Amino acid sequence: MTSHAITVLGHDRPGIIAETTGRLAGLGLNLEDSTMTLLRGHFAMMLVCAGEVADAEIEAALAPLAADGSLTVSVREVPAGPAVAGAGSSWVLSVHGGDRPGIVSSVVGVVAGVGGNITDLTTRLSGDLYLLVAEVDLPASADVDAVERDLAAAASDLGVGVSLRPADTDEL
Amino acid sequence: MSVNPTVLAWTEADLGVTGALREVVRAPAAVLSTAGATVDPTSPEVVRLAADLVATMRVSPGCVGLAAPQVGEGVKVFCVDVSEHPKTREHHGTFVLCNAEVVSCSRNEKAREGCMSVPDFTGDVKRPSRIVVRGQLPGTGEEVELEADAFEARALQHEIDHCDGLLFLDRAAGAHAVYARKTYL
Repeated sequence: MTSHAITVLGHDRPGIIAETTGRLAGLGLNLEDSTMTLLRGHFAMMLVCAGEVADAEIEAALAPLAADGSLTVSVREVPAGPAVAGAGSSWVLSVHGGDRPGIVSSVVGVVAGVGGNITDLTTRLSGDLYLLVAEVDLPASADVDAVERDLAAAASDLGVGVSLRPADTDEL
Repeated sequence: MSVNPTVLAWTEADLGVTGALREVVRAPAAVLSTAGATVDPTSPEVVRLAADLVATMRVSPGCVGLAAPQVGEGVKVFCVDVSEHPKTREHHGTFVLCNAEVVSCSRNEKAREGCMSVPDFTGDVKRPSRIVVRGQLPGTGEEVELEADAFEARALQHEIDHCDGLLFLDRAAGAHAVYARKTYL
């Protein structure tokens, strides 16, 4: 069984997901993980699917999606199976403030600096308000107080606010 | 909020039987997605099931509630005990309810939930934080109505959902509100 990472990007219109997934199902491919969203009106789909089909065959099946030039499709074989997660703790990072270049790179640089891993991240811009929300795994060795201080310093330099709170789960 | 003294006083000793440990089933087991049947709370089978649920909850780390569908029984019975949880305010200790339903609710709050039957995911779920629940105690079949808030209210709704064939996944707060879990307790 091989896994394929597929992206579909471009001008949004109704039916893109139905058409893409229908063509993949037609090849007998199984959709494993996927995420799809709109970014300022542009459709963005990323998915990993599994099946005994070559990249070229998937590309050929999805080619009609890109035929009118409004969508770009890419297909790439990737190692199968989920990544092994390490020990550590889960956090939610929020940043918001006046828009300016460099907010994301400065803030996530602090996380990367302690070996933290960002597992999900969304940014939004509305008017002058820039927002970043990220799911962050910090390694067990990380000094969370120090991370918070470094985040606060980075945010202060940028003139934005930052908060890091535990993504604690209520077990029921 | 006032605690119901009858429910507070109830313990599994009232059942008069020793509970057996049961295996907790995991999604996508069909029983977790099927509405449970109403039960006769005075029947010996329900009393035994109630004791099994409490016994299984007791040995499961971090477990504050367990519903019959989670041990493979498609019926409306669950146990709850949030007394040791840090997010608990007032509580009713350990109790089992049969055929329970939410009578009224208010004050929505969102929190991230995890479930023994869905060990690989957690999810953000918005639920009322003050509720009134009506149900029957196993054994006597006495009907009780209790007010619950904060974590006990969330736990009760999570378990009542199980009895109705719903998982927290059915109540995810949005398309990006379900998360991969690294470790389960």
